[in-house]
Amino acid sequence: MPAPLLSLRKMTKTYGQTVANSAIDLDVAAGSIHAILGENGAGKSTLMKLIYGVERPDEGEMHWNGEPVHLTSPAEARRLGIGMVFQHFSLFETLTVVENISLIVPGSKVDLAARIRALGQDFGLVVDPFAHVHALSVGERQRVEIIRCLLTEPRLLILDEPTSVLPPQAVGLLFETLRRLRDGGVSILFISHKLDEIRALCDRATILRGGRVTGDVDPRDHDSHDLARMMIGRDMPAPLHLAPMPKGEMRLELTALDHQPDDPFGVTLAGVSLRLHAGEILGIAGISGNGQAEMSRLISGETLLPASRRDEIRMMDKPVGHLGPAARRALGLAFVPEERLGRGAVPDMTLADNSLLTAHPLGLLKRGLIDRQAEARFTAACIADFDVRTSGPEAEAGSLSGGNLQKFIMGREISLNPRLLFVAQPTWGVDIGAATAIRHRLVKMRNAGVAVLVISEELEELFEICDRIQVLHKGSLSPSLDPRSTRPEEIGRWMIGSASVVA
Amino acid sequence: MSGIEFILAGMLAAATPFLLAALGELVVERAGVLNLGLEGMMALGAAIGFIVVYEGGGHVAAFLAAGLVGVGLALVFAGLALGLRANQVAVGLAVGILGQGLSSLVGNSYESLTITGLPKLAFPGLSDLPVVGGMFSQDIIVWLSLIATAAIWAMFRYSRLGLILRAIGENPAAARAIGYRVTALRLGAVVFGGAMAGFAGAYAATVYTPLWADGMIAGRGWIALALVVFGIWLTGRIFFGALLFGALSLASLVAQTEGWAVPSQLLSSLPYIVTIVVLGIITSNKRLLKVNGVASLGEPFGP
Repeated sequence: MPAPLLSLRKMTKTYGQTVANSAIDLDVAAGSIHAILGENGAGKSTLMKLIYGVERPDEGEMHWNGEPVHLTSPAEARRLGIGMVFQHFSLFETLTVVENISLIVPGSKVDLAARIRALGQDFGLVVDPFAHVHALSVGERQRVEIIRCLLTEPRLLILDEPTSVLPPQAVGLLFETLRRLRDGGVSILFISHKLDEIRALCDRATILRGGRVTGDVDPRDHDSHDLARMMIGRDMPAPLHLAPMPKGEMRLELTALDHQPDDPFGVTLAGVSLRLHAGEILGIAGISGNGQAEMSRLISGETLLPASRRDEIRMMDKPVGHLGPAARRALGLAFVPEERLGRGAVPDMTLADNSLLTAHPLGLLKRGLIDRQAEARFTAACIADFDVRTSGPEAEAGSLSGGNLQKFIMGREISLNPRLLFVAQPTWGVDIGAATAIRHRLVKMRNAGVAVLVISEELEELFEICDRIQVLHKGSLSPSLDPRSTRPEEIGRWMIGSASVVA
Repeated sequence: MSGIEFILAGMLAAATPFLLAALGELVVERAGVLNLGLEGMMALGAAIGFIVVYEGGGHVAAFLAAGLVGVGLALVFAGLALGLRANQVAVGLAVGILGQGLSSLVGNSYESLTITGLPKLAFPGLSDLPVVGGMFSQDIIVWLSLIATAAIWAMFRYSRLGLILRAIGENPAAARAIGYRVTALRLGAVVFGGAMAGFAGAYAATVYTPLWADGMIAGRGWIALALVVFGIWLTGRIFFGALLFGALSLASLVAQTEGWAVPSQLLSSLPYIVTIVVLGIITSNKRLLKVNGVASLGEPFGP
């Protein structure tokens, strides 16, 4: 057997008390698609940073083509032939595609533009070289990142959760591209937590859990069940079932809502209409950057409409378009924003003080002053009810992991006993156990007669918990679709605009 | 000489101190660093430049020395703001105050002395034109500043270095991830900015008004900083901003000598008022700001 292209032995990296990677062994063969499978927080990203030279290991060895190497910067990794496509793209928005690429690849712009077009033809990665990056969709940005990597002619291409930003159709296209690259002799490290994708694409899978390797298998020999057990250490939780509910009263109604955002790079909403009743969950599907941010600010009250248009947004059957967040919350709205730090919680404040921000009407104030005991009781109850892993109510919000903070914010908002609960990206960056708990909780709220609006990029999640789904694309909302009678591909067509077939 | 001729002939020279300092600061800010110490760097450059000329060193040595002290202060700034990642606003202010204090100290025994400036170099033919002729008779530094303006414009528009500076200003983390040495590049930009501020000070004290008076920079550094923002980080706009400011300061002089029935204090504050108004109007274009603004401006960055 020839020496592997990349070989890691006993790679270890700690951040303070946290062991992110513990004695990781990994062999990537030449010409293979190798999966790194693990939950959020399993240490996948840290491992990739070590391989790409962004971070240096505390211990361990890395061999490239059998030779020991010690990387100290991404530039060195690139010289060896390692390219990386980041999950949160490393593109420069104010530059054009070709300018972005010329930052890495030498050559004149005209020459590069021709190469970008040629590569686009060969691999189905079509993109306009002279477009500004800020004007591109997320899928197009990913193509630019991949093209930028490919033009450096890498031997190993690292892709960090590449499918999380793609509609189902585009995932197939990406896999086709990756297979062609592999057949051309490029090895691929494919990082994901999606089992089906890995079984469909990869020749080899290394599974991480809690910073350690828990499996090194051929994914085609194992079913999703086995892989899941290696990944989360137990069986996958059973999917939820929605019991039918009688149609309740109208809790949220958007009527032909148009909105031109202040931000010149924002998405203009055009004719957005939806109706949400008590006792149902409405899911808003779509790829981020299609108007989700604008829509959520309009619903939360962070963006106000002029009083003359207040009827375009109605909550609990009252016009609220001109009312701010506090007034809408007083009507019974609770809101969990997508950004947990800075919008959902204040990072430098304790959990107890963060409770106060929205839960103050629940008796946390006494004669206008803070009742510290009530505040601590409320916070402790939230922490216990929602299984938040933290040292206690006095912990700073910024010290919690993303998933735990999300559980805390969900807990705080649910404790408000809202009539309308609006959650953006409920399980983003949350491990499977916690994600399941959050979904169960949302369904429980629905069954108790709360109207629940969920914005999510995870189609599987929406299919699991929603009574109805609407798809947001370029600021327009699709008609309401029934997840029980709609195939994911159909949602995918709405996600990319029903007229075109290729993303 | 009519008022208009006076303004046309003098505005380029009047604009040059602002222009030199603002071009340097443009490069610094495009790279993502906010250096508020411009005023102090100019003041020290002015003092050193004046002393060198007064002591017989000549103008070339004066500009070199002024550029060097500008770089020296820039290195103090860079050591704290880039090396130790201290707050750039606080460090910039502190370095600015340091520069002003040092300029008072070294210039103390030269107070109110005068020197000879630089001769004017005229474009043959053009400089004899009526009304506008004066514009084509300027000292060498003015001509060099115009060349520097064109060079910096071309650098940001066409060169790889310009592209890299814009990239590290927009997203330093991404620039590092694709292999650029962000801190080293920023250091280079800050050093360049320091040298330009030194030149600007030397021009003010050895050419434009060839005398030394403590505090003679008189807020020019702050105006240069404002011009960078008012120009939305675009070289051409900064150039016209500097020109406008130069023309307005001369116009207020003309108005005073022609005995307008307007209080002279109001006239001398006119350039500042106009700058504030124009700044307010121009920076209200959100689209231009978003495309040309520097996303990481003033934020410490380090691995």
